[in-house]
Amino acid sequence: MDVVWFVVLSAFIFCIGAAGVMTRRNPLVILLCLELMLNGGNLALIAFARMHGNAEGQIFALIVMVVAACEVVVGLGLIVAMYRRKIPIDVDSMSELRG
Amino acid sequence: MSATTYGWLILAFPLAGTIAIAIGFKLWPGRSAGWIASAMIGLSFLAALGALFDMLDHDPEGRAFTSSLFSYAKTAGFDAQMGILVDQLSVFMCLVVSGVSFLIHLYSISYMTSDKGFNRYFAYLNFFVFSMLLLVLAGNFVLLIVGWAFVGAASYLLISFWYRRKTAVQAGIKAFVINVIGDIALVIAAFLLFSKTGALEFQAVFEGAEDVFVKNDGTLIAACLLLLVGASAKSAQLPLHTWLPDAMEGPTPVSSLIHAATMVTAGVYLIARTHILFELAPTASDIAAIVGTATLVFAATVALVMTDLKRAIAYSTISQIGYMILGVSVFAYSAGLFHLMTHAFFKALLFMGAGSIIGAMAGEQSLDKMGGFRKAMPFTFVTFTIGALALAAFPLFSGFFSKDDILGSTITRGGGFIVLAVVGYLAAFVTAIYAFRLVFRVFWGERVPEAAELEDEGKLAHAEPFNPANNEAEDTEVGFPGPEHHIAEREWPMKIAMGTLAFGAVFGGVFGFANLFDPLDKFLEPAFEETAGGAHIPHPSDATEYSGLTIGGVISITGIAIAWFVYIRRAGLSGALVRRFPRVHEFLVNKWYFDELYDAAFVRPLVAAGRFGRTVVESKLVQGGLVGGTSALVREGSAFARSLQTGYLRAYALLVLAGLVGLAGYFLIVSS
Amino acid sequence: MLLEQILFFIAAAGALGGALGVVAMRNPFYATLSLICHLIALAVLFLLLQAQFLAAAQIVVYAGAVMVLYVFVVAYVGGQDEPMRPAGGVAAGLGPLFAIVLLIEVAIAVIGSGLSALDTQGAKLGAGFGEPGQIGELLLKQFLIPFEAASFLLLVAAVGAVVLARRRRGLEELDEGAAG
Repeated sequence: MDVVWFVVLSAFIFCIGAAGVMTRRNPLVILLCLELMLNGGNLALIAFARMHGNAEGQIFALIVMVVAACEVVVGLGLIVAMYRRKIPIDVDSMSELRG
Repeated sequence: MSATTYGWLILAFPLAGTIAIAIGFKLWPGRSAGWIASAMIGLSFLAALGALFDMLDHDPEGRAFTSSLFSYAKTAGFDAQMGILVDQLSVFMCLVVSGVSFLIHLYSISYMTSDKGFNRYFAYLNFFVFSMLLLVLAGNFVLLIVGWAFVGAASYLLISFWYRRKTAVQAGIKAFVINVIGDIALVIAAFLLFSKTGALEFQAVFEGAEDVFVKNDGTLIAACLLLLVGASAKSAQLPLHTWLPDAMEGPTPVSSLIHAATMVTAGVYLIARTHILFELAPTASDIAAIVGTATLVFAATVALVMTDLKRAIAYSTISQIGYMILGVSVFAYSAGLFHLMTHAFFKALLFMGAGSIIGAMAGEQSLDKMGGFRKAMPFTFVTFTIGALALAAFPLFSGFFSKDDILGSTITRGGGFIVLAVVGYLAAFVTAIYAFRLVFRVFWGERVPEAAELEDEGKLAHAEPFNPANNEAEDTEVGFPGPEHHIAEREWPMKIAMGTLAFGAVFGGVFGFANLFDPLDKFLEPAFEETAGGAHIPHPSDATEYSGLTIGGVISITGIAIAWFVYIRRAGLSGALVRRFPRVHEFLVNKWYFDELYDAAFVRPLVAAGRFGRTVVESKLVQGGLVGGTSALVREGSAFARSLQTGYLRAYALLVLAGLVGLAGYFLIVSS
Repeated sequence: MLLEQILFFIAAAGALGGALGVVAMRNPFYATLSLICHLIALAVLFLLLQAQFLAAAQIVVYAGAVMVLYVFVVAYVGGQDEPMRPAGGVAAGLGPLFAIVLLIEVAIAVIGSGLSALDTQGAKLGAGFGEPGQIGELLLKQFLIPFEAASFLLLVAAVGAVVLARRRRGLEELDEGAAG
């Protein structure tokens, strides 16, 4: 397969994830969409690694995965903390940092 | 001691006096400040005499001495020295100034006795005399301008001496503003002369002028006209005369010193000093002659209807200085200066007499309220009448000789000047009338209550203190006149001063007794000998002189007779005349509407401009636009920036994505 | 080759479908499941790109651990369906619009003449490309520091999560109410 296909696919996944981040109101789902975007990036990285014959891209993708995991952990911890304090799990109702 | 040493002493004494009185002004007890000030001026007069005698030792041709204390500023092409020039002209002026000032100081000691500002008064008065002497002794334009400015400042200080009177303060400001116009003109003239001749010292400028300028050179005419403007402002000539009548707000001795004898003669001195320039630019001197003539006839007509005693004498001053300006403009310098001297005598005397009368009237200055003081105040009556006779140029008094000297010289110039001389004689006729109008109205007629009390019971009138200009009640604190009034009959310093001046007014003619005995002319002549541009000093022939004197005498006696007729024989005639010619009377009483003209032409537009500036430019443009605008801009800008912070997570995410899109688009475009 | 292409399209369809499912599903639980499906499809794609180790890591770590965590939290917290209310905030319709614009841009970039090198099957691969041995060697030799940094990051994240989510004193009543 041409590498182009994979890159185009990763673009699709990234943009779908971006659209999801902006349209959904549940922060859990927003985090999921964020995962989508990260995965899209991963796919592009690995496609380019295959293209250049260089495994550095895969290392990069691995590290990205690690970072995604950390971010998910912290994000979910936040959501749990919110839930514990009876804050509604809705990004539109959390607007106290308004200017 | 040399003449120049005397010259420095002439300056040093009044300066020491003013500093001493000013520094210790709270300490001088009683009237000692007055005695000290008078002593200083007396010493200055003696120093002037010393300079005169030293000068007489020298050859008549070589009587100009300069001396410089230090160099004020010396750069390439510019050398300003603190230098005095002692020649016949300056010594003459010093004698007149210091002599008359000494007598006025004496007069003031009694006049200002109960005033709370007694010490301040004498400090100012000494400062004024110092400035005037500096002006006449200056040897270069820089020092002249310094003296000129000081004199203006001293005049302002003294006019608004009773500074809590609103009218006095306004008059002081008016005088100062008009004087500043003259100052500017003088400075620009000095610049013009310096730029062309490259020198500031008088002798250097005058010698250089003959080389640099051709006759009637444009720049020279401009410079001379500017000098004329400066002289007009200081000497209250048309059209810059409006400050002098208002300057009568000052104490009467101030009016007598500054506005009769000394400061207002500074303009005449200036033209006489720069005579070489005026001779090289005959156009300018012709214009000066016309200005002088116009002034003298204008002021004479207004003096005829003035009801305030001091203001009538003020207009008389304006008129007489017009004669002096006419004299020095037709190159008859010693004639003009002779009249300056005699005028100093009789005008100062008139003002002193007026002060005495006003004292008897307890501060009232209106002629309508005066009458019948002849027997109540005999000394004042006699001296005042002597002054009036000299003013009216009654035969054999000093004014007779000096005025006719000027008019005779004007006729001798010939051509258009004869017209000016005729106008001068007509104005002399009016002068005689108004001079004796004052005498008859104050001293003859029905006795007013103050006169009656004074004569019968010896009681000096006393009234609640008030401002005679607007009849507002005042008090007698600092900045207001003192509670007591003084008349000459009871105060010996006043008597000495007035007596000496009366003597001078009667016998002053001896200095210029027609063509027979002319010591003043002989003394001053070498100073003006180097005439330029083919001009020569007009000396009236015997025929002209004697016929002029006769005509002058006839006019004077006729004028006095008419005044007698109008004011004494047919007592109601003046009132009938006023009713018969109401519009003429209005015109004259409003001083030919000069004040209204200036008000409409200068004051109102400036006030309107100021108001416009405040309301539109400052309020709307600066405060509203610039200041308010920038702050509104910042506020709106920050409000807009704030509106981006909605607090919604998704809006921020949108912004991030939008930025990303933009960046990607940019790179796309750049790389394609 | 043909098998590769067929496999690619199936995996691609699965990935896209999973992605759309995450975005479109109202119930967060279903969204999570959709993502798991997406991740598995992505692992297949990785395999197609000769990244065996990464494909395994994706399944084991991502789909296996991270998504399980997700499922737990969703079960604890956000089980309710999201109402179909129009979104608040600033012009939420703009979001998808911008995403489409971005897609177009990237598509232009990729397919357009700029990145011509993409029109290739890829470079000649050496033996052991993408195998755990090579990955491990790279991690421990060339990319040691990022490796260590990543592990440090994991530690920080773990500690942070514990701190965030622990029970605080004084909030017992609230938690009681929540639990009841």
